[in-house]
Order: sequence, then C-alpha cells, then structure tokens
Amino acid sequence: MTSDPKAPHEIALPQPIEEEKSIPYWEMLFRETIAIELLASVLVWIALWWNAPLELLADPQQTPKLAKAPWYFTGLQELLHYFPPFVAGIILPTLIVVALVVVPFFNVNIKDENLWVHHKSQRLAILGIVLAALTVLLIRFDAWDALLPVWLIAIFMGIAAANEGRRDRGFRRWLSSKPLSFWIMTWFLMEAVVLTSVGTFFRGPGWSWIWPW
Amino acid sequence: MQKSLAAPTGTAIRNPIQALARWRDEFKEIFSARVRERQLGFRYTWYLGALTLGTFSIQLITGLLLMLYYHPSIPQGYADMKDLHFVVSSGVFLRNLHRWSAHAMVFLVFAHMAKVFYRGAYRPPRELNWVVGVCLLLLTLLASYTGYLLPWDQLSYWGTTVGSSIISSTPFIGEKLRFILLGGHTVNANALLRFYVLHVVILPLAVILLVAIHLWRLHKDGGMYVEHEKNVEKR
Repeated sequence: MTSDPKAPHEIALPQPIEEEKSIPYWEMLFRETIAIELLASVLVWIALWWNAPLELLADPQQTPKLAKAPWYFTGLQELLHYFPPFVAGIILPTLIVVALVVVPFFNVNIKDENLWVHHKSQRLAILGIVLAALTVLLIRFDAWDALLPVWLIAIFMGIAAANEGRRDRGFRRWLSSKPLSFWIMTWFLMEAVVLTSVGTFFRGPGWSWIWPW
Repeated sequence: MQKSLAAPTGTAIRNPIQALARWRDEFKEIFSARVRERQLGFRYTWYLGALTLGTFSIQLITGLLLMLYYHPSIPQGYADMKDLHFVVSSGVFLRNLHRWSAHAMVFLVFAHMAKVFYRGAYRPPRELNWVVGVCLLLLTLLASYTGYLLPWDQLSYWGTTVGSSIISSTPFIGEKLRFILLGGHTVNANALLRFYVLHVVILPLAVILLVAIHLWRLHKDGGMYVEHEKNVEKR
C-alpha cells in the first residue's frame, strides 16, 4: 500500500506488539482462594482467643451509663453529639451516599486532571473560602475533632499547589499531581477514621471525653 | 479453539457429562478463560474484593449454623446466647467467628471501595458496577446493624435504640419510618422479629443477588481494572 511502487522494501512494517502475559482463569481462582484461606485462618485464630461481648439481658428500664452504637456507626454518633439529629443523622449520611453514587458520572472524576494546573490563584481563593467557612461552622458547633482532617487536607492541598509543575519524582510531585476527587475522598476517609476512632475509644459516660488508657 | 463438550444451547442435555460441560461453559460468563497477569498483581487490588466475598461466605456458613440454635423471641434469644456459650459444642467459637468476620467484612468493604476509588476503577464502562458496589456497602452496614440486636443483651438493645432514634428525626415521616422498622414505638419483641427476618432472609438474599451482578458486570466490563486502558485521559 505504498505510494511509491519503486521502493516496496521500504514500507514501514508495524512493530510487533509485545503480547502481555496472560494466565488461565483457574490460576486467578487459585490465588484468590489462597488469600481467602489465609484471612479465614486469621479470623479462626481470633475467634479462638477473643469472645464476642455478651452483657446482661436487655432491660428497657435500666439505661446504661453509656449506650454506644456498633463501631462503624460511632462516627455518626460523634456527629450526633455536635449537630441536630436531622443534620447529622439524615442530611449528612444522605449527602455522602449520593456523593458516592455519582462519582463515576462527573467528568472531573474521569479526566483525573491535576487540580492546580489551571486557574491556580482562583482555586486557591476558593479553597481559602471553603476552609474559612468550614472552620467557622465546626467551631460554632464545638466539633474540634472534625476540624482536624479539614485543616490537614487544606495544608496538604497548599503544599500540592506550591509544588505544582515539579519535575522530580518525590512525594511533593506526587501530591501536586492529584485531582480534586482525590482530595475530597481523602478528606471523607480521614473524617470517617478520626470520628470513628474518637467515638469508639475516647468517649465515656454522657459522651464525655475520656482517655482510653 | 477447543471445542465445547456441551450440547449446543437450546438443545436437550442427554447425559451428566454434557450437563457438566454446559455448566462449565456458563461459568465462563463470570470468569474470562484467561486473564492478563497484570490484573492479578497484589498491589493493584490487595485482593480486597475476593476477601470481602470470603468474609461474606463465612457469614453465610456460620450464620446458617447459628440459626439452628437461635429463637428470635424474648427472653429466649438471650438464653440461646447463653446456651451457645455454655452448652452447645463449639457454640461460642461459632458466635465469635460470626461476630469477628462481620467486623472484618464491614472494614474490608470500606477498604475495597477506597482502593477501587484511588485506582480510578469506577471509570466508564464500570459506572454501573461502582453503583452496585455502593449498594453492597449499604447492605453490609444494614446486615451488620440488624444482626447487632439479635443477642438481646444490654449492649445490643441500647445500641439499637440509639440507632433507631436517628431515623425518627427524618422530617414528616420519621416516626412512621421508625414504627415500620421496629413494629412499634420502642425496641421490643416485634423489632427483634423484624430485625431477624431482615438479617437472615431479606438482606442476605439481596447481597447474594447484587454480588452476582457485581461479578457478572466485572467480567463483562473487561475483568479487573488495569490502568491506562481506554477512556483514561492522563495529563
């Protein structure tokens, strides 16, 4: 298919594409089974050593000094301590679920574009406004532990913005290449970890602050 | 290409070998015959999806065995817990494994979601599967929450009371929603029965259905996600 019939040898042949190594599906099942068996062994070992808690028979007349939800809801319970039930129990969880569902339907999440590559100064200004608003709101409700992840993320976003355009391969270069979705999800996960840990380990009777040791 | 032993689709199956071969062919609807080695690297998935499925399987097996010893009534439910601890052989082990495996499942399902997110594995054409995954996360939390009440001790009773009081703060329909969930205005025998039915029938069936869709979609969307596939626009 050359335009020059006199030089048929000079046709550039496509480079052979290196075949990616493939393995049969039962090899995949085998590896996954091994992983599951290892986990099951660990769980069996834990179940042999530690008993699941069982307290006295439920008594609706006797309110315990401290009623805690299971650990995966103590973060929610911590929020309920600060905000009205309608906000902490209904609005925030609904917003989180809706935000998770719509993740793949927003172009900004698909493009995976460095947050600071365009409109850096405007975006820094927006970050400042959001940070100030969240700080005022959380201090107004005395939610100091929820404020911690907000500031941590803001500091790291600032570092990322300052290092935008670096060519080396270090941590700051990695940080500066992250898109907006990365920052929002990391913030959400940090809030979940901090609030759950505080609710589980640092709350005593009347939801007062205690030290776990 | 290897010829299938199965009778062609739509024709009658004449012997067990054909039935097995047909079954094997159907199995390929969920697993590709071959997978790219890169898709199986530990660092890409940490095997979190498979591990979550593993804990769910443990829940099904231990849960079925626990059902042989448990009556969802007051105070028999609590007495059954005591029996599991002191009368039934390996009863306490069974209960422990069910409990710790449930905690592991909740943790793993969150970790799986985070890992999928950070790898960008929700990108088209995998949007539907991401949404199915979010539904599975919610179902896992609900299954765990409904199971929490069943021992009917102080811990579970008041934990559930705290949880259900949140629902009543929904505007307009909060009290009604709570009434439907509990079968009354307080956590009582009706609530125990409703939580039991949700925990052992409705939620597990829903999870099984969605896991089947999750795995089938995973296969249809090209198996486990590998970076730099099409649709990924890099800087």
